[in-house]
This record gives sequence, structure tokens and C-alpha cells, in this order.
Amino acid sequence: MAERQLLSGDEAVALAAHRCGVSLASGYPGTPSTEIIEAFAGLGGRAGWAPNEKVAVEVAIGAAFCGARAMATMKHVGLNVAADPLFTVAETGVDGALVIVTCDDPGMASSQNEQDSRRYAIAAAVPMLEPTDAQEAHDLFLEAVRLSERWKVPVLFRMTTRVCHTQGVVVAAAEAPPAPPIVYCRDIPARVMIPANARPAHRRLRAKLAEILAWGEAGTLVREHRRGRRMGVVANGVCVPHALEAEPDASVLQLNLIHPLPIERIRSFAATVDALAVVEEGDPVIEEQLLAAGIRVRRRPEMYRFGEHDVPRVRRLLAGEAIPDPPRPRGKPPQLCNGCPHRTAYDAFKGLQVYAAGDIGCYSLGALPPFEAMDTLVCMGAAIGVGLGMRRVLPDSEARKVVSVLGDSTFVHSGITGIVEMVYNPPPTGHVVVILDNGTTAMTGMQEHPATGRGVAHDLIGRVRLEDICRGCGVQHVEVIDMHSAGASLPAKLAERLACDQTSVLILRRPCLLTVKRLRELEAREAAGCGQEGCCG
Amino acid sequence: MDKVVNIVVAGLGGQGVITASDILATAAFISGADVKKSEVHGMSQRGGSVASDVRFGPRVLSPMVPPGEADALVLTAEDQESAFAHLLRPRGLRIAPSLLPAALASGKMANTALLGLLSRGIGLPMDCWHRAIDQVLKPEHRAANRAAFDAARSLP
Ligand SMILES: Cc1ncc(C[n+]2csc(CCOP(=O)(O)OP(=O)(O)O)c2C)c(N)n1
Ligand code: SF4
Repeated sequence: MAERQLLSGDEAVALAAHRCGVSLASGYPGTPSTEIIEAFAGLGGRAGWAPNEKVAVEVAIGAAFCGARAMATMKHVGLNVAADPLFTVAETGVDGALVIVTCDDPGMASSQNEQDSRRYAIAAAVPMLEPTDAQEAHDLFLEAVRLSERWKVPVLFRMTTRVCHTQGVVVAAAEAPPAPPIVYCRDIPARVMIPANARPAHRRLRAKLAEILAWGEAGTLVREHRRGRRMGVVANGVCVPHALEAEPDASVLQLNLIHPLPIERIRSFAATVDALAVVEEGDPVIEEQLLAAGIRVRRRPEMYRFGEHDVPRVRRLLAGEAIPDPPRPRGKPPQLCNGCPHRTAYDAFKGLQVYAAGDIGCYSLGALPPFEAMDTLVCMGAAIGVGLGMRRVLPDSEARKVVSVLGDSTFVHSGITGIVEMVYNPPPTGHVVVILDNGTTAMTGMQEHPATGRGVAHDLIGRVRLEDICRGCGVQHVEVIDMHSAGASLPAKLAERLACDQTSVLILRRPCLLTVKRLRELEAREAAGCGQEGCCG
Repeated sequence: MDKVVNIVVAGLGGQGVITASDILATAAFISGADVKKSEVHGMSQRGGSVASDVRFGPRVLSPMVPPGEADALVLTAEDQESAFAHLLRPRGLRIAPSLLPAALASGKMANTALLGLLSRGIGLPMDCWHRAIDQVLKPEHRAANRAAFDAARSLP
């Protein structure tokens, strides 16, 4: 018998992926998805950080085209970045399983928006599965692999913060489908999406989806928790355990198949209860489909679109109450660590009263007191484009105050095309881009990235140099400032670059405090001629 | 154990809140109970408020402790009480550094010492706690943390 383990939803996905022989996992860090890649690598799986989510999905597609099982992982906004390959790989289909894990963050514990990934499954016409806890995360991932291989279609695997980060008891008893051999079969009409091939591919995809719906209507991815008949609840994800606890007398229809929605199963369930309600976080995705199908369901008050649910909230929702949530006392907000290298940059911005088009990372905290020195945050990489747009419309005296500021991981993720824009369409006043190079992806828990030259396990692999990228693109002035020795020169340097009409990139280099110890240990081991962890003491 | 026990461990990032809740959840897990432990990671690493919900019993459903239903609130920072007091049930157990002797309250093992106090109020066997400390902590920290746990548990 398989042993009990205490695992988070993320770890449970990694375990299932490892057990069923996923050959390659590629991802970009993003809360709450990050630990999947880390745990998969920890189990010995072949895993890598990609520069961004689009590349992660593309790498996984290549593996799946060869018949290998592949997984790509990201947070919900990462799926925006990866949407382009997603929509078309839906139509090419795959040989090996392709599971794309996307982790939503209702309530925005650590995100810039509250978007609902379920809309992507509908828009891209791919099946989507969603577990309700860690045990199901394990079991359902194996189902996702089976489904993907049976219909040769990519599968979206959705989780939310409370499933990703909740540890629960997991027994890895479900049988893992044995991995097929990895054989590349050339199939140009299926894989080359020129219009002549894409037209039939679109029809093929819709036909697959119709078959998957028929299978879903009859299958095990809908589960009925039969209790009273007065109230019936349709729920997905963590809302299922919330609802089971909130209303012990309500019958609950648990949906693990989110798309295509097994609407006839829901219709039969509805017929067995006096009143039907949907409990879902985020957009009323299920509710809208029930209404469109003519199933009588109670409309959810609009307030429940926002934030995450818990048991009392679900109780209020089921009682049809639309009173505002009781106010929660506010805790202490996070701050940049004392001695964080980002502080020096924000002190300089504040002193010079610049307009800082900003970005996402630990350094986003520069928008809060005591600095209040970052003006914008839209999405990863936007600092450069937004800064350039500001420069091009403001009068010269104002334009000269604009800088773009972003972190090293963010720069590699999606800042490079911004540099190309700056060189190609330079504003008359030039521009200044500040890269806060702390040698890590600190915000999500200190992951490596292409410019650190290290992999998931912090081993030395390939490396790209930020200064070489900027020089290679043709930026007029590229300068690396060692913030240990020359941090004090930053205000003068910044003033100088703002005053000239050139395109400039200043790379402020100093490791994140929380990585210094790890870095020292790694470098000592490597200097001793051994990269192996656990070896050489 | 016939009902679900709800515990919230709360404090500031960097004070060992997550380590303490890991030990607690692991102890409950070792005892054979169903367990769920839930917290929100992310920017909390930068010294902001952190809370971790641990629920265990015959069958745990929702992973979050509903407000007003925590049987115990373990605070690693006294000044965080106002942010989390609403989670505690009436007559619930409040465990905070001020209940510890100064030497235990100020040391690096304050979080494990708080668990020692907590362990007196919830019925998990001693052996589960010790094994949990060994599972969660690195070998070099185990003995000292067991000692801090035991010292707090046997306070008068
Ligand atoms: C598309 C997208 N992917 C991932 C994230 C999660 N995320 C936020 S900031 C960030 C990178 C932070 O690293 P860096 O730019 O180096 O700044 P640091 O935190 O180290 O200061 C990540 C991965 C996101 N917000 N959006
Ligand atoms: S974790 Fe690193 S980058 Fe983030 S605030 Fe602390 S020192 Fe700065």
C-alpha cells in the first residue's frame, strides 16, 4: 500500500508528474505555482526555468511533439504571456501528453490582477481539469495525462492559491499510466499551421472537444456528494470543501472537469434538488453556462466575484445575502528588507524626483512609503515600453525625468523587446533604463534565471549577460554599477544620464541579501572543483 | 479526537511562523489524523504579517480556519494580536511570547517553545511532536529545539 504523505497541491502535482514519467517540465516562477518545478526537480525530474511562460510552453510543445510527456507551469498571468502558443497548439494537437498548469490567485495574495483562467480554456477550446485539494491534485494530474494522450490535445490544469499552497494528506495509490516510448513522427499537415492546414485542424479540435464532452458527461470527473434535497450546490476547486463544510444538508456536485462543462450531468443533478446555486470564486463562469443552457440557478450577487471564499462567506452566499464581508483587521504590510540593494535606487529616485515607470518584483515595494518612488506597475516588462511612451508625449523638460526600472529576472522575462523598441524608436530626449540586478528572482522565493547562469537546483548551466544584450541591441550607453563599492555614485550618475539625449541602461549589481549565504556556499563548493551538493562537505 | 481542531499560527515574516506550523501539521499527521495546513506565501517574506492555518481531526474539509473558530492562536509577535484575534473562538487558547520565561521568549527557538506551550492544551502525543521536530528541522537544530519545546511544555 502506498504511504501517506503530507504534501501541498504543488508538490502533489510534481509527484504525479514524476510518477507517470513526465520527461520535461518547463516553467517560469510565479506565486502560487513556483513550487511545482522545484519539487519536480527535487524528485529527480528533468526540469528547467524558462525565460518566460511563452518559452516554457513552447519547450513543452516541442517535447510533446516527440511523443514525450511534458508539463509547463505558471501563474495565471503567465498564461497571458503563453496564450499565443496555447491557442495554436490546441489545433496542432500533440503526440505525448502536454499538461499546462496555471495557478489562479483569487483575492490576489500575490498578484497584479484577479483574472480567471477558466476563460482561457473556453477561448482556446482546450479541456481544463481542476482539483479540490492535494490528493486530487495528484490523482487528477494522472487523468490529465491520460486525457491529453487519448485525444492528442493539450490539457489546462487549473489550481488556485488555496489548493496550490494547502498541505494535505496524499496517498499516491492511483495507478500511473506507463509512459509511451519517445518517437518523433513527422506529420507536416498536422504540425505546420499554414491556413490550408489550420482550417481542417480547427474542425478537428472542435470534434475532439465534442467527444471529450460526451466522455465527461458519462465519466468520473463529476462527483456527487448526495445529502439533503432542499439545496443543491455546484462547485469547483476549493469551493467544494468550503461548501461541504458550510452547509451540511446541501447536496454538492463537484466538478473536476471545468471545460467542456458536463452540462447534462448538472441538469440531472438540478432536477433532484429544490434550489440550485453555484459556488465558484472569480467570474461566474459556471453560472453563465448554466443560465445559457436554461438550467434554473440562483444568481450570485456581484460582490462574490471579488476576493477568495471561505466557509462563512460561502454560507452567506448560499443564504443569498449580499451584505459586505466583515472588515478584516489589517496586518503589517511587507517592506524591502533592511539593507536591500533596491533601497539605494529608490533613495536616488526620490532625491531626483524622477517619474519611474516601474515593474513587478520585490522592488515594487518602492511604490509604498517610505519611498513612494515608483509611478506605474502594469505587467512584467512593461516598465520599458511605458517609460518610452511617457517620454514620447511629455514636453522635453518633463520627459527628461522619466526612467524605467525593472529587476533582472523581469528584464529577461520580457524587458528585452522593450530595449529593442528604445533603440528602434528612441525618444528625442533619449531614455534611461535601470536594471536592478540582484542576481535572483527574489519576489517568488529566490529562483535562478538565465542571467544568473544557474538552473533549478542552482547548478551552473548557460548564462546570458544583461550588459551584452543591451550593447548588442545598440543602446548608446551601458554601464554596470557595483552597488557594493559605487552605490554612493548613483544619484550623480543618474542625473548625468537623465540630462543627456542618449539611450542609457544602468545595471545596478548587488546580490539580494537573502541569497548571499547560498551564493557563498555554492561558490566555495565550485572553487573546490565540485558542483555536487552533499559532496565535499 | 472526534472533532476538528483549529489552530492559527501568526506573526511577522522571518519569525519562524511557517516552521512552527510545519512542525504542528507534521505532528498531527504522524498521529494519524487528517490534516490541512494553509497559508498565503509571497510578499510575506519581507517582514509583513504572516498567518498559517492548521486544521486536524477525523476529516478536514475547508483548509481555512473560519473566523471565531480557532481553538488556539499562537502568536510569535505580541503586537500582531490585533490582526488575528478575531480568528480565536471565545475562551480559545492564546499562546504568546509573554507566557514564556525571557530566555525562551527571546531566543531563536521561541517558535518551538510556543509549540511546547500549545502542546499542553491539545491532545497530540509527545512522541508525535518530537518526531515532527526531527522531520521538519535540519539535524544540527533538532536537539536544541526539542529542549526548548520540552522546557516550555514543562513550565509550571
Ligand atoms: C507574467 C508573470 N509571470 C510571473 C509573475 C510573478 N513574478 C512577479 S515579479 C517576478 C520576478 C521578480 O524578479 P526580479 O525582476 O529579478 O525582481 P526581484 O524580486 O528579484 O527584486 C515574478 C516571477 C508575474 N507577476 N507575471
Ligand atoms: S528579499 Fe532580497 S530583493 Fe527582496 S527585499 Fe529582501 S533583500 Fe531586497
